[in-house]
Amino acid sequence: MLDKLKDFSSRFFVTGEPMIYGADVAILLTLAGIIFVLTYLKKWKWLWREWLTTVDHKKIGIMYMLSSLLMLFRGGVDALLMRIQLAFPQWHFLDSNHYNEIFTTHGTIMILFMAMPLMFAFFNIVVPLQIGARDVAYPFLNAVSFWLFFFGAMLFNLSFVIGGSPDAGWLSYPPLSGMQFSPGPGQDFYIWGIQISGIGSLASGINFIMTILKMRAPGMKLMHMPLFTWSVLASCIIIIFAFPVLTVTLALLFIDRFFDGHLFTMTGGGNPMMYINLIWMWGHPEVYIVVLPAFGIFSEIVATFSQKKIFGYKSMVFSMMIISVLSYFTWVHHFFTMGAGANVNVFFAITTMAIGIPTGVKVFNWLFTMFRGRIQMTQPMLWTIAFIPCFVVGGATGVMLSAAPADYQYHNSYFLVAHFHQVLIGGVVFGFFAGLYYWWPKMFGFKLNDRLGKWAFWTWNIGFYVCFMPQYALGFMGMTRRIYTYDFDMGWGPLNVISTVGAFFMGIGFIFQAWQILHGIKYGERDVTGDPWNGRTLEWSIPSPPPHYNFAVIPTVTGQDAWWTIKEERKKKKAKETAVFSPIHMPKNSGIPFIMSVFWFIAGFGLTFHWVWMAIFGLTGVGACLLARSFQYNSDYYIPVDEIRHTEDSVGRVG
Amino acid sequence: MHIGKLIILSIFITIFLAGCDSRYLILNPQGAVAQKEYHLIIFSIFLCAIVVIPVLGLLVYIVLRYRDKPGNKAPYRPDWDDSKRLEFIWWGIPIIIIGILGFATAKTTYDLVDPPKKDVKPLTIEVTSLDWKWLFQYPDQNIATVNYVEIPKDVPVQFVLTSDAPMNSFWVPQLGGQLYTMPGMAMGLWLQADRKGEYFGSGANFTGEGFAHMNFKVKSTSTKEFNQWVKQVKETAPALTKADYNSLAKQGLSLEKSYSTIPKGLFQEIVIKNGGQYYSQHHHMKNEDMKTMNVASDEQTHTQHEHQEGGK
Repeated sequence: MLDKLKDFSSRFFVTGEPMIYGADVAILLTLAGIIFVLTYLKKWKWLWREWLTTVDHKKIGIMYMLSSLLMLFRGGVDALLMRIQLAFPQWHFLDSNHYNEIFTTHGTIMILFMAMPLMFAFFNIVVPLQIGARDVAYPFLNAVSFWLFFFGAMLFNLSFVIGGSPDAGWLSYPPLSGMQFSPGPGQDFYIWGIQISGIGSLASGINFIMTILKMRAPGMKLMHMPLFTWSVLASCIIIIFAFPVLTVTLALLFIDRFFDGHLFTMTGGGNPMMYINLIWMWGHPEVYIVVLPAFGIFSEIVATFSQKKIFGYKSMVFSMMIISVLSYFTWVHHFFTMGAGANVNVFFAITTMAIGIPTGVKVFNWLFTMFRGRIQMTQPMLWTIAFIPCFVVGGATGVMLSAAPADYQYHNSYFLVAHFHQVLIGGVVFGFFAGLYYWWPKMFGFKLNDRLGKWAFWTWNIGFYVCFMPQYALGFMGMTRRIYTYDFDMGWGPLNVISTVGAFFMGIGFIFQAWQILHGIKYGERDVTGDPWNGRTLEWSIPSPPPHYNFAVIPTVTGQDAWWTIKEERKKKKAKETAVFSPIHMPKNSGIPFIMSVFWFIAGFGLTFHWVWMAIFGLTGVGACLLARSFQYNSDYYIPVDEIRHTEDSVGRVG
Repeated sequence: MHIGKLIILSIFITIFLAGCDSRYLILNPQGAVAQKEYHLIIFSIFLCAIVVIPVLGLLVYIVLRYRDKPGNKAPYRPDWDDSKRLEFIWWGIPIIIIGILGFATAKTTYDLVDPPKKDVKPLTIEVTSLDWKWLFQYPDQNIATVNYVEIPKDVPVQFVLTSDAPMNSFWVPQLGGQLYTMPGMAMGLWLQADRKGEYFGSGANFTGEGFAHMNFKVKSTSTKEFNQWVKQVKETAPALTKADYNSLAKQGLSLEKSYSTIPKGLFQEIVIKNGGQYYSQHHHMKNEDMKTMNVASDEQTHTQHEHQEGGK
């Protein structure tokens, strides 16, 4: 019995590496610490009532943000470990298997558990406020989305200490990801971690399309919407078409692994090329899913801090819509080298290049928004200005990659690695950082320190170029991605050392940002106006942080830049109109999203280890939660006028 | 801040000046295929620069001129948000550039389908990516090598690629771009060396633990030397038996090896074993150059089926 137990635990827990034991201890200590603090301060009830059961889009947004910053930390540590291993030829820091796990989890975490949730954080925090709504269209579903993402991410991260991490690359091509070559539970952690959070992403896509189409303040026509809201709409349209593809693809991969299917192995008449096509039919649009909202953020920031209307609004909307359609017609450029034939390659090369056109137009429109404006060098604006050259160069290397025969030489090389990091960091990460600095006062009611912010900005930027410019060169030198070591005679050593140094600079930048947040909590300059940047859109018309119901009175919109227009009118009239309050209809909190996601987690864990009893238990729990919800009739309430008046009074907005 | 700019500048200079260095394999093409790809690369860099450089210049100019500081005399027009003429220009110019690049790309793509030289009889080499090594078979010479390959210069070589392991990618940067090696499929890639030399080749698509060690050497010699080498291999190297192949196919690394003969039909067998019969049913193998790939012959397929059933 004891031997059996020993044998089981040696397979169940990841063993062998001192680093892993260190992580085990750290995880246990952190957990114990959290439990102790919550118990000591008697905060359990508070945690449950205010956060775990909330359906408030602002709180859900904040939880998305915190989890994605944690994931950014984990993915970043992965990146630094890889860079240490690659710094010198034939270096022994990580062995091959460990390195393979780390680059796999780095990619998966950064895209699915960092970029996506950070993007959803902005959707949640900003969209209802920008369109003058009191919540999203389906607040309960919104909570379900968040908790599914959260437990999916937890399941994926668990593989680090239990069972072993996936190690077949972030898109897990079969046959490598099949049972024959990846027998452990790592791949199943990958499948179920992504599946569970993917359901949440799909639901969010539907939720925000409905929110934008149905919940806008009276008078706000589609062509009056702020550009960030437009970008969310474009992104969500891609989500609802792309994520089902991902779900089906991973389900098929699981059928191959669990039921010994042959969908993706040639020996049974299946075909691995099918998987590669399917996964990129999701994977390529996914890139645009995360970058379009970043474009939206830049558009808001550029207009605000140039103190000028956005240039070419219609052109901006049009180009985003073109991008969201074109993004479906480029997926084959991820495998020009699969030998699909000249006709196919030419078609997809040209569609890929074509996406550069609307993207380029956006860059010009941002530039000409600044032209004849008055540019304020605030933190959000710094990141926006840094984004432009970074993204333009990254876009140019993208166009270079799209020329199919040239891609035969770049494919799977460090040139490619440098390119996609440049557009993803320069576009998405810089964009989301700009957004964080921009909307931070709105979320929390205080600004972040400028001095620390500048340090973070410069270390990040210098670090970025030092890290990734040498990688373009390494690509030209023939260095392929995903190798854990290389020989002295290739001459790749010096540039790799430089690249590693750059990566550490970015790591230092992240530390500055963490410091900045802690500093802000203690000393941050309070924002009492609700409009610290002299903003143009409706989120700046309400107090920071916004009251539970957002708008005491829903504003009426007459054109673009609604809040700017209202401010101009107020200047002219001088007299303030008195608001008449009426009771506000709000959704009630619910514990079901959290509990249901815990059951999903249990089911996912069971499926990962192929323990059918556990999977059935988890899925039954999920079903029970759905049933319980469908019998819940009392799910909303009204905030009385007195309470609204009281709240508005307390933030200095007398009705 | 200035130090930062200096660092960035010096890195750029290092990279671009170093481009002349022979270690920049892609920028030093040694064969007709790589040459064509190199020309397309340079052309695309040039076209991109037409847009990138003015944009960067414009950014610097605008940010310097329109900063919000007291006494800035530059015009300020907070409501100016539209200009049909300007928008026409920046929708138009990228469309033209993409048109030109698209044309060049299409031309090169179709060019590379054919052998670089049509008046010379090509050499065929059958490549199998294994975990984690490369097997090269010369069907016409009836020899085989592991982890190195020798070719005559100025002769177009058709590499016929497959895999008896997870999908990999066959890449010799100085001779030309890569193509995937996929189980159950055989695909043709034309390469050619224009001069004598030794070139670096690698597996470019991740295949697990030993992936980083899947490098191989490509040596190009004169036709005379090549024939001598073939003769020498035939005389001195051991024969490749089925048993040898099976142990080669097991996961692990390997040194360079040579074999004086190869089992008849080994390559076809590898393709079929991995599902080739299903593939050829659904895809007419259009590439007539794959003369070695007359694998769909009923007899072989049949034997294979029996073999598989026997195995169970």
